[in-house]
Amino acid sequence: MAALLGRSCRKLGFLSSGHGARRSVSTETGKSLNLYSAINQALHIALDSDPRSFVFGEDVGFGGVFRCTTGLAERFGKNRVFNTPLCEQGIVGFGIGLAAMGNRAIVEIQFADYIYPAFDQIVNEAAKFRYRSGNQFNCGGLTIRAPYGAVGHGGHYHSQSPEAFFCHVPGIKVVIPRSPREAKGLLLSCIRDPNPVVFFEPKWLYRQAVEEVPEHDYMIPLSEAEVIREGNDITLVGWGAQLTIMEQACLEAEKEGISCELIDLKTLLPWDKETVEASVKKTGRLLISHEAPITGGFGAEISATILERCFLKLEAPVSRICGLDTPFPLVFEPFYMPTKNKILDAIKTTVNY
Amino acid sequence: MALSRLSSRSNTFLKPAITALHSPIRRHVSTDTSPITIETAVPFTSHLCESPSRSVETSSEEILAFFRDMAQMRRMEIAADSLYKAKLIRGFCHLYDGQEALAVGMEAAITKKDAIITSYRDHCTFIGRGGKLVDAFSELMGRKTGCSHGKGGSMHFYKKDASFYGGHGIVGAQIPLGCGLAFAQKYNKDEAVTFVLYGDGAANQGQLFEALNIAALWDLPAILVCENNHYGMGTATWRSAKSPAYFKRGDYVPGLKVDGMDALAVKQACKFAKEHALKNGPIILEMDTYRYHGHSMSDPGSTYRTRDEISGVRQVRDPIERVRKLLLSHDIATEKELKDMEKEIRKEVDDAVAQAKESPVPDSSELFTNMYVKDCGVESFGADRKDLKVTLP
Repeated sequence: MAALLGRSCRKLGFLSSGHGARRSVSTETGKSLNLYSAINQALHIALDSDPRSFVFGEDVGFGGVFRCTTGLAERFGKNRVFNTPLCEQGIVGFGIGLAAMGNRAIVEIQFADYIYPAFDQIVNEAAKFRYRSGNQFNCGGLTIRAPYGAVGHGGHYHSQSPEAFFCHVPGIKVVIPRSPREAKGLLLSCIRDPNPVVFFEPKWLYRQAVEEVPEHDYMIPLSEAEVIREGNDITLVGWGAQLTIMEQACLEAEKEGISCELIDLKTLLPWDKETVEASVKKTGRLLISHEAPITGGFGAEISATILERCFLKLEAPVSRICGLDTPFPLVFEPFYMPTKNKILDAIKTTVNY
Repeated sequence: MALSRLSSRSNTFLKPAITALHSPIRRHVSTDTSPITIETAVPFTSHLCESPSRSVETSSEEILAFFRDMAQMRRMEIAADSLYKAKLIRGFCHLYDGQEALAVGMEAAITKKDAIITSYRDHCTFIGRGGKLVDAFSELMGRKTGCSHGKGGSMHFYKKDASFYGGHGIVGAQIPLGCGLAFAQKYNKDEAVTFVLYGDGAANQGQLFEALNIAALWDLPAILVCENNHYGMGTATWRSAKSPAYFKRGDYVPGLKVDGMDALAVKQACKFAKEHALKNGPIILEMDTYRYHGHSMSDPGSTYRTRDEISGVRQVRDPIERVRKLLLSHDIATEKELKDMEKEIRKEVDDAVAQAKESPVPDSSELFTNMYVKDCGVESFGADRKDLKVTLP
């Protein structure tokens, strides 16, 4: 899997389609970087370009447990890059306050599994601040970064994908990158977006994914999905690390004569309905895949919306290949995960419906 | 001397031991059953209450048991280290070696009716509560015979019949839970208490203060034990806490600071705390302790502290060595007897590991069991278990 990830990331090229924007970045060359280095570069640029931006969280001072914040404290000083005590609720609340004073607060939650003590602050404070103050105040400068997703042996509390909880909150944005180049551009967009954003980073890809990342300052627009592989028979929608698995399934399906279109959603809230709709109107079939448990997962929202918009064009029911409805297990992880074979099976079932 | 070469920060860990070298140990000629009184090396520091006496009543049998139990726990953790490096234990593994005195000292002061709840660094607490080595190793390796049937792993050891409520991954989450246990004990007139263990990192969580307020308001028999090993993962206490006097953080709740590397001091403090909690409500015990390993097996443990500091503490304050010296100086056992005991324990641990290695992994149907009382009768089959059949009860 590790070797494939490296190769397939470089294969993910740019294909323009539907409402996808033109992005010259994907054809540029740059330095070969892994995910944590790309995120590190984005943070360096963000702090460099705005003197009122701050990075804080648990253990970020020495570089962070995943090395994403390496070199920041040394370069920008301990007044701008600092460690907090172990209190997620306090950290996010503090970030909201800092952002309310017009600063950019880039908060790190060490693992997405630990974000729940801060859930109240995010949902009740950050998301509603602008709304309830009649636009007098806002915390748009807030960006919360958290590593999410399975890592092979993480167990209950180092593998969760909580994106669905946050997609249910109007007032914040939820963004998930799939690769180093995407991560850098998306993170810079999130930091500079005038709304509070939750940015989930696929921790499995921190070291595994390697890609050419341009060294300059660039942003990838939010709420624009990208068709990363064109096809005619079925549309697959996903985000983050799951896309690599889905791409493998697409390659296998191609050998059997099924042409798959793969879309990276990138921004989950607000999501690019037009791109997905256009694709499904072309193919007539939809498959969604994510690591989070299937019931109430974000795939359900995509399915319902596409059903409303493309009902007469659909040739088969919308298929969701997701994590099972159990707590993220320890030894049973291989059974729980939405694997390539499960997706391939579903592709064939949907196409032959 | 050598001590002066150590950094000023390390000296805070060695101070209690240096005092020990100066305080006299009373010598008694003892038989197995007669009581011995030993002075703790370090006095207790108290907040809003009286300190317990420094003279601890014990017996040669008890001290020998301390030695044996701590040596077993130490061996178990070292074996877990090797198993993790051999990839037989996967996931996260947080080792307790260095802190064994806490587990054994506490057990000596309480009964199995008193409840203990702790964080993810729970292997030795489980053994202290009467857990078997083979159950521990099986659970670590994710086998069916583990104490949580292989579904919990290193961070989630439980033992219901010994009132051990586990093993929690989220930092600080066990504190309000523990206060709830204490409430139930008070309500049921159990005459028992709950020991709620948490670390110096967790001491900055909001839920601790919420739970403290409730426990104090309703006079719950909750004893909050802060296992201060001076590092919250890689962050030293002076960098994360405005007030590192964790025993005083309860403000209106009395507290006691204890030398956590001295099993007898721990026993005395826990005995005192239990009496206090049953009469007056919550109390905080801050155990000054130290862990030799890093935070977990992914942490080398040397990027935020010097190797000199670690070896310094090991030389001067090691809990097992302290008890060994007591046994030798009180003629309770000879050096050869203790070495033989350690050899026996090593074999015991190796046997448990071998037995655990033979146990099977849980059946894949276990993936769906015990989510609800009546599970939904889910079965998975087909290519890569893609197909699910659900029979609702």
